[in-house]
Amino acid sequence: MPITFRDKTYEVKPGITARDAIKKIGMEPEAVLVIVNGKLVTDDVVLRDGDQVKLVAVVSGG
Amino acid sequence: MKCRKCNTNAVINMRHHKLALCGEHYGEWFLAQTDRAIEKYKMFTRAERVLVAVSGGKDSLSLWDALLRLGYQADGLYIGLGINDPAPYSDVSLDKTRAFLDFRFQVSDFGSARSEEDQLRNPQSAIQNFSPTLYVVDVPETYGKTIPQIAQEKNRGHGKPCSSCGLTKRYVMNRLALEKGYTVLATGHNLDDEAAVLFQNTLRWQTQYLARQSPTLPASREGLVKKVKPFVRFYERETATYALVRAIDYVYDECPHAIGNLTNFYKTLLNQLESNSPGAKLSFYLEFLRARGEGVFEGFNREETLHACEVCDQPTTAPGRCAFCRMWEVGSVVQ
Repeated sequence: MPITFRDKTYEVKPGITARDAIKKIGMEPEAVLVIVNGKLVTDDVVLRDGDQVKLVAVVSGG
Repeated sequence: MKCRKCNTNAVINMRHHKLALCGEHYGEWFLAQTDRAIEKYKMFTRAERVLVAVSGGKDSLSLWDALLRLGYQADGLYIGLGINDPAPYSDVSLDKTRAFLDFRFQVSDFGSARSEEDQLRNPQSAIQNFSPTLYVVDVPETYGKTIPQIAQEKNRGHGKPCSSCGLTKRYVMNRLALEKGYTVLATGHNLDDEAAVLFQNTLRWQTQYLARQSPTLPASREGLVKKVKPFVRFYERETATYALVRAIDYVYDECPHAIGNLTNFYKTLLNQLESNSPGAKLSFYLEFLRARGEGVFEGFNREETLHACEVCDQPTTAPGRCAFCRMWEVGSVVQ
C-alpha cells in the first residue's frame, strides 16, 4: 500500500502500525505526523489495505 | 489509541506526558499550556500589546491563533525576504499569512472559541473588541535587494544566506516593535528549536550563549524590546498538530536555504534520542532552564556596552554603524 510524503510515494505491506511503517521507509517517527483517510491519527494505528496514508513533516519553515 | 478525556480516537499521543488526546481536547490543552507558559515565564499580560513575528509557518501562525483565542492583544509582523528562486517561497508564505488572518475573521472563528476561553477564565471583551493588524515589511522593496542577493554580495555566511537573514529579521522586528509602541515581541520558537540550539551551544561549550538562552529576554536596555517564546515547552510535533487540528493552512515546506542545515541535523539526532527515550528532549531543555535559574551560568553573562548606531540609532555593540547598516550600507527607515 502506498504512503505519500511530500512529493514521494513509498510502498509498505498493510497490517503493520503506522509507526512501524514509518521506520520501514527509513524515517523518524518523531519527525512526522500521520494522516489516514484524511484524518490525523496516532502512530499506533494499524494500516489497512486501501487506506490513504499521508505523512506530514513536523519540521517546516526556516 | 483513545483520548484520555472522552475515549474517542486520539489525534496525538504525547509519550513524554503519557497523554493522548482527541482534537477537541488537544486544542483546549494546548491553549491552557500556552497560557501557563506565558504566566510562568512572566512574558506579558492581556493589558500589553504584543507583536508576533509571523512567517506563514505552523509555529508562528499557531502562536498568533492561540494568543488571539486566549484574549491577548496580538498583532502580526511578516518580513518578506525575497526568497523566490527556484520556488516562490516568500510569496507563498505571505499569501498563507494573509489568508490566515482573512479566514479567521470571515468565519467569525473567535466567536466559536469563546466557550473555551470561558473555561480558561479569559475576558471576552478583549477578544470581542480587538481587531489584529498585520504589518508587512518587504525587504527587497525597502532595502533594494533580496536576502540571497545581499548575502552573496557581502559574501556573508559561507555561501548560505541564513546569517544575513537572521541579522535582518532581528533588526526589523526590534525596530518595528519599538516604532509602533509594542512592549513585547513574540516568536514561535518551539522546544525542538530551543533544544537544538542548546545542544549546539553545549557541544561547543559556548557559555555566553548558554547564559543568554531563555524563554524571556527582558528589555533590559534602551532600544531593545522584550522578546518572548511562548511555545518553548511544546515539541515541534505538538505545534504541527495544533495547526492541523485548527485547520491552519501553513507553509509545509522548509525554507530552501534551511534544508540540510546544522540545526536540522541536531533536531534529527535529538529525535532519535527521543524515540528511544521519551521525554529526553523535554528534560534536556527544562533541566537546563532549572540550572540556569539557579545561577549556574551567571558568571558567563557578560554585559556588553551598547552604543547608538550613528545611522539608525539602534543599539550596537561597537561604536559607529551597527551590523545591519554596515551590511545594507543604508540607514533607511522601516516603512
